[in-house]
Amino acid sequence: MFSFSDLTHWIDSSLRLWMNDGWTLFVEFVLIGVMILVSYAVLALILILVERKVCAWMQCRLGPNRVGPWGLFQTGADMIKILLKEIVNINRSDKFLFRLASFIVILGSVLTFGALPFAKGLQVIDFNIGVFYLLAVSSLGVVGILLAGWASNSKYTMIGAMRSGAQLISYELSCGLALLSIVVLSGTMQLSEIVEQQSEMWFIFKGHVPAFIAFVIYMIAGHAETNRGPFDLPEAESELTAGYHTEYSGIQFGFFYLAEYMNMFIIAAIASTMFLGGWMPLHIPGWEGFNGAMDYIPSVVWFLAKTGFCIFMQLWVRWSFPRLRIDQLLRLEWKILMPVCLFNILLMALVVIL
Amino acid sequence: MGASIIFYILAVIIIVSAILAVTSKRMLRAATFLLFVLIATAGLYLLLNYHFLAAVQLSVYAGGILILFIFAILLTSGAKNDRTEPEDKPKVLLGILTAVGGLVITGMAVLKHRFLYSNNPTITGDQEINMKLIGNALMGTEKYQYLLPFEVLSVLLLACIIGGILIARKR
Repeated sequence: MFSFSDLTHWIDSSLRLWMNDGWTLFVEFVLIGVMILVSYAVLALILILVERKVCAWMQCRLGPNRVGPWGLFQTGADMIKILLKEIVNINRSDKFLFRLASFIVILGSVLTFGALPFAKGLQVIDFNIGVFYLLAVSSLGVVGILLAGWASNSKYTMIGAMRSGAQLISYELSCGLALLSIVVLSGTMQLSEIVEQQSEMWFIFKGHVPAFIAFVIYMIAGHAETNRGPFDLPEAESELTAGYHTEYSGIQFGFFYLAEYMNMFIIAAIASTMFLGGWMPLHIPGWEGFNGAMDYIPSVVWFLAKTGFCIFMQLWVRWSFPRLRIDQLLRLEWKILMPVCLFNILLMALVVIL
Repeated sequence: MGASIIFYILAVIIIVSAILAVTSKRMLRAATFLLFVLIATAGLYLLLNYHFLAAVQLSVYAGGILILFIFAILLTSGAKNDRTEPEDKPKVLLGILTAVGGLVITGMAVLKHRFLYSNNPTITGDQEINMKLIGNALMGTEKYQYLLPFEVLSVLLLACIIGGILIARKR
């Protein structure tokens, strides 16, 4: 199977021929940063188009179909438009925090995005504590949302931010606990090791019932983390106009929009890495020919296909269910998901021991 | 070379944001600058290959305690008047005294402590500490293992949670 580490090692060694170690490192840092930001933006554009198309399909519409064949260039045109738009200054707002908030939201999701294993050998940094790192940096986004809501100096944004804070902090718990049950199963937090251990069978099959429960809980809690679908109370448009980003305009609103879609991608990518094997092809023990045939499909395709499947499920939920009330939302987390999650970890420990 | 450049960048960020956090007149801005200090400190830990502590720093301080601060500010002072009042003389004096005392204690601890790496050349300092080692140290009962403090802390946290619920219920 092709490993991207060959390519990265070739780039590294050929750069070292040209310049000394310090400059090589610098050039590599810049290259990696540019790669991450470009793929971040491009994936977000693709996701926005996919969301609009899937939503249209579920509602028996056509969706965007004017710009380019089947409306493929619609989001590109939207991007150019949003870049050209005026950025409005809000009177009596805290200008510094107002500007800063959108960057903090983006920062949280870019840091998470950077540590994902996209394909064999294609991972920026492989921490020993990978899962913990993902959970830690993804919690930074809440600060940005709270600051955005406060700095706009408006009641809608303030209520949206408070709702969002309560929601994100509570659902982070079941996200973490669901991932923890997979850590119990695998015995490691290193993402590459977790993917490697799934070469026999994916964890969702290997872990029997508790892994499946953890997967379902992670998808629900992760969906709530992205502030979308039935959990979109922070930006409930019928009550709060647009929630915490009501006052933002131009590319600053674009940052929030981008972060929302990329958070959806990140949740799907973590779910596919932890439960569905990440870039690891589908292997069934004993079926040598089948496993060999599966290895011919590149690892990037596997990763993107599994992530796409998880994203499709999130879109499906978003366009199917009505919005929850705040008390229903908190009850779902604290009275249902949390106890089930804690029980599930015990169950997983039993499965590992037996 | 590269490491020292990154160190100086982080150090400048920490110092500047720490000063801004103290001198800022608006509480929420002060909290935001504190966030920068905490994130840059996590960067220092990463630079030292102490990944676990960096992630703990981010999730506990930046993701947990700071959000608690912001929530407290938003819930108590409201959206309008979050500007701090000018301090009176004794408060400033007490503050300076506390700061100097803290500096002396930390300085004593840093200078007096015999670090593991400084007088033991067999240990290579650049290695990352394995997650399993930290886990065993936290949950073990032998010498230099910390099960009892760990459990005592969790009982303390439980007491805090129950106290919080009691206070919230009174309203």
